[in-house]
Amino acid sequence: MANRRQTTEKSMQTMFFIIATASITILFLIMLFLFKEGLPIFKTVSVKDFIFGKYWYPTSDPADFGIFPLIVASLVVTGLSGMIAIPLGVMTAIYLSEIASYRVGEIVKPIVELLAALPSVVIGFFGMVLVAPFLQKVFDIPTGLNMFNASLMLAFMSIPTICSISEDAIHSVPGALREASVALGATQLQTIVRVVVPASLSGISTAVILGLSRAVGETMVVLMVAGGAAMLPTSIFDPVRPMPASIAAEMAEAPVGGEHYYALFATGIVLFVFTLLFNIVADYIAHRFTQVGEASL
Amino acid sequence: MNSLFVGPSSHRNENGAMATTQERQVESMSRTDPSFHGVSPTYDRIRKIKQNFFFFLFRAAAAINGIALLVIIYFMVVNGWRAITWEFLTQPPMQSMTKGGILPCIVGTFALSFGAIIVALPIGIASAIYLTEYARPGKVVRLIRLGINNLAGVPSVVFGLFGLAFFVVILNMGVSIAAGALTLGAMSLPVIIGATEEALKSVPDTYREASLGLGATKWQTIWRVVLPSAMPGILTGAILGISRAAGETAPIMFTGAVFFTPKLPTSIFNEVMALPYHIYVLATAGTQIEKTRHLQYGTAIVLIALVLGMNLVAIVWRSRLRKRLK
Repeated sequence: MANRRQTTEKSMQTMFFIIATASITILFLIMLFLFKEGLPIFKTVSVKDFIFGKYWYPTSDPADFGIFPLIVASLVVTGLSGMIAIPLGVMTAIYLSEIASYRVGEIVKPIVELLAALPSVVIGFFGMVLVAPFLQKVFDIPTGLNMFNASLMLAFMSIPTICSISEDAIHSVPGALREASVALGATQLQTIVRVVVPASLSGISTAVILGLSRAVGETMVVLMVAGGAAMLPTSIFDPVRPMPASIAAEMAEAPVGGEHYYALFATGIVLFVFTLLFNIVADYIAHRFTQVGEASL
Repeated sequence: MNSLFVGPSSHRNENGAMATTQERQVESMSRTDPSFHGVSPTYDRIRKIKQNFFFFLFRAAAAINGIALLVIIYFMVVNGWRAITWEFLTQPPMQSMTKGGILPCIVGTFALSFGAIIVALPIGIASAIYLTEYARPGKVVRLIRLGINNLAGVPSVVFGLFGLAFFVVILNMGVSIAAGALTLGAMSLPVIIGATEEALKSVPDTYREASLGLGATKWQTIWRVVLPSAMPGILTGAILGISRAAGETAPIMFTGAVFFTPKLPTSIFNEVMALPYHIYVLATAGTQIEKTRHLQYGTAIVLIALVLGMNLVAIVWRSRLRKRLK
């Protein structure tokens, strides 16, 4: 009897271990299929021409597969959205954990969560039918569907990520640090700026990177709002075509197994590598600079 | 200390109790201890003004989130509430999607998101059980966590590509509920694992010790003691997972959802319409984009109500749980 119980125990543990590796397996399968379907394009175009090529005309004859404008669009849109989302997200996190009373916090936190829960297609739709005409009128520009609009909408998609992870980090700063600072005569603001934020900087950095990573990979917003022109932008009111938008918009027309299909998967590889790098850096920062109480200062 | 306090205090109460006490301390020290020169009255005033100014900014930043949420919901509701009728919710689209309702989209979204959760929930719970109950810290756990974190960071459109290449083409499922649900399931796995882990960790160790002390094995303890106490938390996570899956568009564009199909699905290998994809299609590729605006708003309201409703339930449920655990 005892023996049978032990066998059950062992087999249960093994089973759970095998299932727990499912995430890695899926991640591995994703990579496998991206490469399997993406690499064939490099028989037609060289890696250098693909990444640095300035022209993306996948359906013309002969086709041009240069995704440089798409990469630039993704990076600029993400950067701009970060300029809006990072201050707002981190400040909201500081407000929630350092300033807001418990009651107000109990109202604001769910609001941030609901903002995170809004489907991306709704935010894209909002940007398309309401923000775009508004921008067009206010700035007197040919189209409201442009880089600025997309960045604005993306910002509101990454604020919740930045805010909630930063808040966790700020929350885990030991109270003793705050008390010491206050006891030395610092105001609450001085305590926040010189003690709490530096102590939680690794967590806040992780939050920022994960927020930006979300913005880079976000699809529906840039698909509906960014304007869709595969050109290098010259102003923030230019329409652009970030990588996810290109993949989502063209995959339906690209015949399975054709050059265009391969090129879109290769774009997916580039996108995947971007977010993978973001996540690995975030993971590295989070582990390398783990907050160990007072010792982290 | 309070008896030493002489300065006016009425205008300082704005920043909460902590600031006031600490300012009182500073003030009382500077007034009673001649050797304390740390804070001159001017400096004190300047930094107080600075603090008020910055606290105003922090509050404004937090308020912007609420305003953004309200503005989005307000405009959707104002522009679309007229479209919400019984017919809209119970009829298929008609006359090349310029009239009629969205019943197939509602059914499709339910099928896809529940399918996703049926796939992701068992795998997610089992992964979380391994990580919290069995695993010892080390390289293997670190690797599994890295895998989960990176899976959470994979862009939704890349999940779509993966689903297309693997489920639709290689496994030959075609564009179907099965392929879409598997893709969405893979995507919501990290959410489920995270929520389940939190739920398992909140079960007090004394429960486990009591069970083990009575002679139960580890698995019996998990199955009969830990899981039942963690179940509400796990279900909260499941609701969040379903709502996330219901709102996603990019992963199902190539795997489960189609432009238009008037039939309701009869098998998991049928293709379906879905709410988020329907909004996108009507807003960007419909035959009469301007004319169908009210349908677009109406569909958006239904999707928002569905997703935010599920989230609200989960949030309220979770905060009750947390209070009970305290």
